[in-house]
Order: sequence, then structure tokens, then C-alpha cells
Amino acid sequence: MARAAVLGRLTWLVGTVTALRDETPTARTIALDVPGWRGHSAGQHVDVRLTAEDGYSAQRSYSIASAPDGQRLELTIQRLEDGEVSPYLSETLEVGYPLELRGPIGGWFVWDPGNPAPVLLVAGGSGIVPLMSMVRARAQDASTTPFRLIYSVRSPDQIIYGPELAKRAAAGDGFGLTYIYTRTAPPGSDRPAGRISARDLVIEGWGRRQRPAVFVCGPTGYVEAVASTLTSAGHDPGRIKTERFGPTGS
Amino acid sequence: MPIISPGFKGRRRDGGEKLPPGQYLVTDFPVLSAGPTPRVDTRKWEFRIKTEKGQVASWDWAAFQGLPSEDITVDLHCVTKWSKFGTHWRGVSLDTLLGDVETSAEYALARSYGGYTTNLPVADLLNGQAWIAYRYDGAALAPEHGGPARLLVPHLYLWKSAKWVNGIDLMDTDQPGFWEQLGYNNYGDPWREQRYWGD
Repeated sequence: MARAAVLGRLTWLVGTVTALRDETPTARTIALDVPGWRGHSAGQHVDVRLTAEDGYSAQRSYSIASAPDGQRLELTIQRLEDGEVSPYLSETLEVGYPLELRGPIGGWFVWDPGNPAPVLLVAGGSGIVPLMSMVRARAQDASTTPFRLIYSVRSPDQIIYGPELAKRAAAGDGFGLTYIYTRTAPPGSDRPAGRISARDLVIEGWGRRQRPAVFVCGPTGYVEAVASTLTSAGHDPGRIKTERFGPTGS
Repeated sequence: MPIISPGFKGRRRDGGEKLPPGQYLVTDFPVLSAGPTPRVDTRKWEFRIKTEKGQVASWDWAAFQGLPSEDITVDLHCVTKWSKFGTHWRGVSLDTLLGDVETSAEYALARSYGGYTTNLPVADLLNGQAWIAYRYDGAALAPEHGGPARLLVPHLYLWKSAKWVNGIDLMDTDQPGFWEQLGYNNYGDPWREQRYWGD
């Protein structure tokens, strides 16, 4: 079992926003400089705490998008319509603002660059974020471990990290990329828009016999569907790691 | 001193004194699991309690259904920050299940289909604090919420309420479970905000 080092007490740290980048109309990346940050493994998350003038505070968890890089890290925030914290992070926050956080958290949903097993990544919507950290960690290490990313989005304008993913897929170093459009496919697409199915997941070279390490992240209903399709296709449930968000059936 | 987040107002939801520190209230029921949802056939289901001396008590689904059960209404607190108030369950109290088990063990390790484990003191399983729940909101417990049956220990963070539970080992020494080995708090009291190691 891959175990990331999570030792001792996780204290609250104060990061400073160094850059902001719009990824889609509803998702924004926050680059932070965090003195005292102890580093992370690809796939981990942080707790973020906001505090109002009167002392009221709110906490949420967000996946880290960046590869390990000293005391710098990036989060990508998907704005939720009725959210309390995500609208602040995706709209109000400005460069130079302080942001309290602690982490890294989660020692299970992590990719260990030392593990030579091929890696199958399956993302639904903003579930791409922790998987992107793995893709970036692979590139940073100049790893040639075979990676395949299957990324479901509603429509082309919802793709987070599109240009960077295109560049990495074009590098010819063993990283493959497939988009699944669930509502609107781009013109000329050879797959009609629709929910992800066994046809999208059971693919040549990425079957149970190759024994890939599988990471699935997305809304609950999506992760349930993907994980059960993969186990039905013979993948070992013990090699499928999942991270879900949102309520049942969403 | 907390750092003020410039321009943050927050939305003070109706949680009041029922909401532990750092939590927010939800009305839906989020699902968090580390892997695929196991599909467990109740015809093959079994629940075993193993004592520190190696004695085993076990129930199949029919025997388990024959035990006295209780309606339970409790608040849930997940370490990922959401809390849900007034959830309705039906299940068998651990007081009932442990009633005839001869043990002086102080520690328990709950085990689940799929390999999940979580540890807690035996004292936290007794005196009306813990159940093996098999109905939620008037219906059979859905697999993604831990069906056919899950441990329910609502006074601790929800990862202690092991989904797909199939056994409890009683032990003289504490043995950290799945998340407890991966950075999460060994005890997990939401009111003391014991989320991670060292909290």
C-alpha cells in the first residue's frame, strides 16, 4: 500500500496568492506561496479556512493541482452556485491576499512516481484536479510510466487545463488522453455526446491483464458508474482508488 | 490570531450549537469511499465478533434480522466538513450484539467487505452509542451508503462508521485502521475537531 508521509501535527499556515488563472468560465486556479509548507504527494488535498472580520470562519477541502514544488502550490476551484467558500476563492480573492491552509491531507489517493505500474486516470468534471497533479508530477520527473487519462466534461468549454493536456499528449512519451463529452461534443467528433460507458473504459492496452493502477475522481454518480464498470470488466477492486464529491445520484 | 480573509462575509447557516467547529450543514447526503462500492449479497452476508481470546460469535442475515432493533435519529459529522442533522436509521445496538460476548478488551477494530478497517475504543461502542444499521430513511440501506449494513457511531467523525461492515475484532491493544494509518486522527471527536494526527 502506498503510504505518503503525513507526520506530526498539521498546523495552519498562511499562504500568499501569487497568481490567479481562469481555467473555464467557472473554474479558477490559485497559485500560492506557503512558507513552512512541507511538500506533498500528487493527489493529496488541503483544508482551506476563511475568516470574516467578526471571527466567523468556514473550512473546505480542495485538491492540489500542482506537482510537488517546494513551498509553492496551486489549487483549482470550481465555483458552486450555492457555495459559501468557492465563490470567494473563484471571484473575490486577489493576488497578494493571504489564505490560511493546512495539509497535505490524504495518504491514499496518491500516485507514487516510484511505482512502475501503468496508470489509468478517469476524471469527471473538476475531478481532474488531483489527477492533474499526478500528470504534472510524471512530467516533472520525466517519467515514462504509461499514463492514460479519460476525462469527462459536459462540453468543450468546461475542459480545465486543455492546452497543457494537449501539449503533454503530443509529447509522445507515453501519456494518452481521451475526452468524453456528456452533453455537447465538438463538431466532427466521432463519439456522440453521452455519459461514459463500458465502451469508453474498456480499451485496448488498458485492461485487467495490464493491471493498471486506477484513479477515479468526480461526482458520486460518475465515480460509482466508472468503478463498477471497471470491476465488472475484471479490474481488481483493490487497484481502483476513488475520490468522490457531492451527494448520491448527482 | 486568525488571519482575516479580505472581503469574506460567509453565509451563517442554521447550524447553531449543534454544529461542531469547522463543519457546515448540508441537506443532501454526500458519499466518500476510498474504492469501488462492494456489492454484498445478503444471502452470503455474515457479521462476526471475534474476542481477544479468539472466540467468535456470528450472525447471518436472517439471524441478524431477528435481533431486537431500534429506530435511531442522529446527526452525522464527516471529517470532510459536512454535517447532516436528524438522519433516520434502523439498526441493532452494539449493546445487544456484545451482550453475550465475554470480553475484557478495551479496543475494537471494525472490518468491512472490501478490506476497510477502522479502530475505536470498546467504550465508544457501548451504552447506546453505536449500532449496526441496515435501514436508512425507511428503506434498505443503499450500497453506496454502506449497505447492506454499516456501523453507525455518530458521536465520532463518520469514517468511524464503517460501511459494508462484516465484523468487529476485540483486542487488548489498539490497532490503527485504514484512515488512522494514513494521517487521520486515532479517535476522531468532532467536538474537539480531531481530524488529523496530532489534532
